[in-house]
Amino acid sequence: MDKSIIDKYEMVIGLEVHAQLQTNSKAYCADGTEFGLSPNVQVSPISLGHPGTLPVMNERSLVYAIKMGIATNCTINKYNAFARKNYFYADLPKGYQITQHTTPICTDGKIKIKVNGEEKYIGITRIHLEEDAGKSIHDIDPFNSLIDLNRAGVPLIEIVSEPDLRSADDAYEYLTYIRKLVRYLDICDGNMEEGSLRCDCNISVRLKGAEKFGTKVEVKNMNSIRNVKRAIEYEMYRQIEMVEKGEWIEMQTRSFNAADGSTFDMRSKEAANDYRYFPEPDLPPVILTDEFIAEAKAEMPALPEELINRFKTEFGLSEYDANVLADEKEIAHYYLQLISFQKNYKSAANWLMVSIKGYLNEKAISISEFPVEAKKISELIDAIDGNKISNTVASQKIFPALIENPTANILDLAKELNVLQESDASAIEELVKQAIAKYPEKVTEYKNGKTSLQGLFVGEVMKLSKGKAEPKIVNQLVNKHLSE
Amino acid sequence: MKVTDEMIDRLSHLARLEFKNEEKAEIKNDLTNVLSFIEKLNELNTDGIEPLVYVNEDVNVLRKDVREQIITKQEALKSAPQHDSDYFKTPKVLQKK
Repeated sequence: MDKSIIDKYEMVIGLEVHAQLQTNSKAYCADGTEFGLSPNVQVSPISLGHPGTLPVMNERSLVYAIKMGIATNCTINKYNAFARKNYFYADLPKGYQITQHTTPICTDGKIKIKVNGEEKYIGITRIHLEEDAGKSIHDIDPFNSLIDLNRAGVPLIEIVSEPDLRSADDAYEYLTYIRKLVRYLDICDGNMEEGSLRCDCNISVRLKGAEKFGTKVEVKNMNSIRNVKRAIEYEMYRQIEMVEKGEWIEMQTRSFNAADGSTFDMRSKEAANDYRYFPEPDLPPVILTDEFIAEAKAEMPALPEELINRFKTEFGLSEYDANVLADEKEIAHYYLQLISFQKNYKSAANWLMVSIKGYLNEKAISISEFPVEAKKISELIDAIDGNKISNTVASQKIFPALIENPTANILDLAKELNVLQESDASAIEELVKQAIAKYPEKVTEYKNGKTSLQGLFVGEVMKLSKGKAEPKIVNQLVNKHLSE
Repeated sequence: MKVTDEMIDRLSHLARLEFKNEEKAEIKNDLTNVLSFIEKLNELNTDGIEPLVYVNEDVNVLRKDVREQIITKQEALKSAPQHDSDYFKTPKVLQKK
């Protein structure tokens, strides 16, 4: 499609993100919430929807929802009532989902995202608590659907954004940030492939400058952030093409096909859903107190934005470095630990971002599995800054040796590997004399003004010392001897 | 309120139930009776009275986040009309394309 046509339009996108809360027990009963267990072992008369059973609210899920609300700058609403959202489906044993309809726990928030260097705010309409459904399996038994209710009743929060996103890139950054937040807060593992984080997109297009929204299409079933971006890009072309041809865009629910990046109409889904919400009389309202909210807040760790600011202002790191370090909470914490021993903040950041992260990526492990303690890495930096070892030797020789033997003393390792830097001036002076004696003509040229030859002599000394001579001292001595 | 054939069709669809025509007539009659009985309540003046949702005035009935397994898989599956040793079985809800 011609770019000039695409440029006439803008997209309007809102995301609905479901995050499975990492509580020990379900939202309204005490069943476990583990993923990947044998089917139907985490069930009870309550999650099976047996008559006469009553739900009881899990206190922890309230705490988690409040944390997410605070992290997204929402108002936390004290009066929380629950409602039944009615629909018939085999993996929903009660015939309704207990959710928050008119009184979501959090409302009116916003988060800041950065897209291609530009900052923008995305509004959060609401965050509400609800429960997950079970799982239907359609491809094992040819005649029946099989139902596993281990997941039925696991607490969820649904995070609904304002239709403030204007491109696939916006959606990508927004979702990445939401995932980062739930992981920082330790309320959800953010795993889209396993479905603990799910995202539905409401997408429409309109001519730039138009006030009215176009008809929105809902797209589901993307199992990664990248696929959310692909689905939105596909919808952009599809919808613009339809509008250009003068066709009507139908309000529908579409599913994403990861194989070719397209979306298709989910005809199986009932066109007219009527959830017939009404108040859940079995679950009394929850009225949050200021103390309860304050306790939840007190449990929260520093969030990425705060850490990035701290890294920049307190430790003088660049925007880029600060962002890389704050990307994962565990990395950020390792950095904070490292600089509790180490005042060379920049070097500490480099070691973490280059050598350590490189090693973690290579081994595909997380920093919690990294064998070397932050204190040891700090000692390594001290050894470099104290001119005991060169930077190259540290990263190529000592660092790998340290991983093999995480508690070893740095200087012992350097001695063992015979890479301890020579800073004994008299020993270096001997080598300088040798180097100068080797090239008498070059010495004359140097004395005639070709001072760039100094590098040649320094290089020769480094070679003679097998790289162990301290470059600063070598430079001084070469200079001194050549000027004699 | 007048109960129409369309309403019956819509309700049965939402409840995933199928009725024969004579059953529909019967249900229409029953529902009409139920509704007119309930409509009797409209005679009361409820201006300024909040709807009653909870018969009990307790709030904040919360549970600590502690896991407890009170039944086994076998017990869970036992009362289902159709099941195997792992799963509940239902008629196929999704036709394979």
